[in-house]
Amino acid sequence: MSTKDIIDTLAGIEPGSALDAIRARRLQARENAQKSYLALFEPIDASDFSLAERAAVAAFVTGLHGESPVASFYREKLAATTDGAALAEAIQVEIERGQTSGPYGAFPAGPLSIENKAGLIYRVSAERKPGLGARLVAVLEHAHLLVFRPRDAASADMKALLAAGWSASGIVTFSQLVAFLSFQVRVVSGLRTLAAAKA
Amino acid sequence: MSATVNPPVVFTQDELGWVSWIDPLPETELTERHFAGLVDRARAKSEYFRLLVRDPDVLEARTRTDKDIFYNVADGLPRAERELAAAATSRYNGCIYCASVHARFASTYSKRRDDVQRLLDEGVGADLGQRWNAVVKASVALAETPIAFGPDNIQELRQAGLDDAEIVDVINGASFFNWANRLMLSLGEPSK
Repeated sequence: MSTKDIIDTLAGIEPGSALDAIRARRLQARENAQKSYLALFEPIDASDFSLAERAAVAAFVTGLHGESPVASFYREKLAATTDGAALAEAIQVEIERGQTSGPYGAFPAGPLSIENKAGLIYRVSAERKPGLGARLVAVLEHAHLLVFRPRDAASADMKALLAAGWSASGIVTFSQLVAFLSFQVRVVSGLRTLAAAKA
Repeated sequence: MSATVNPPVVFTQDELGWVSWIDPLPETELTERHFAGLVDRARAKSEYFRLLVRDPDVLEARTRTDKDIFYNVADGLPRAERELAAAATSRYNGCIYCASVHARFASTYSKRRDDVQRLLDEGVGADLGQRWNAVVKASVALAETPIAFGPDNIQELRQAGLDDAEIVDVINGASFFNWANRLMLSLGEPSK
């Protein structure tokens, strides 16, 4: 594959290093994490979820995890798309508005209710809604839920996405993208932490 | 979608069903490209996989990532502890369905069903002994947003006897469930 391994790049793993050798023992996972990235960001068919939308959601989701090489990578990816610079600026403001700590949210009513934890119910600011458009507003709000309070998800959220013009297939790819990034940002953080920890 | 959903209200090791909130592809409409995405043809029977197969390329890559992280036991962390990381992550994020599957696997491979049940009943603070505590704590720190995983987690895992390759298995397993939990929690719901 022509593209350099994205997790290695973001985690700063050099060929021949100890972590390179450890990652090589899970070659199929390494190659398929890369294929997941390519399938999401260089898809064969982007008709249900455009490349610019993917870049905007990715910048938002990784930015909500705090500043990191992963966040700056996706921020630059967004800025590099057509008309991406203005969008990147709007996303940056929304990241600041959406910052909080998770996971929080409610469990199904019953014995687990004592573990319910209240927190921010993020909504895109009214002033930026016209510029972002209904489709992007809907997925940014749902992405915030997926990042911080996935246990709050309800069937009504799917209806809201459908009502904003998302197809069922678009919702699946969007959900995979947010969920994949939740994985990728953690693997990178974990590997960086391990590389920095003296044995 | 179904009127007969009976959602569980506690974490359990029982087998649960899962019902999609949006339309999965009908089995009759699956093509060879979809079957490639499903990896195992038998997964065509599952509503969850027939929903995810709407994007077959992503599903195929995700499935192969999953299988290597959890099933490749040629070396590295014992399967039981990879499943423990998955169960602890799911318990902390609040995915009752994912927790049920991986708690069962953790019980099967560890033969410590009661300890696994305590993780489900008491939550991620349950005292499961030094080694399991270190795995659970690392998984929880990785599940937090912003990510709270740090040098103390590495030190605890090493003190519990894990080498760096095994620690990478913990990182991969726990991180992967931050992927899985978000799909299972947001695209449908469990049913008893």
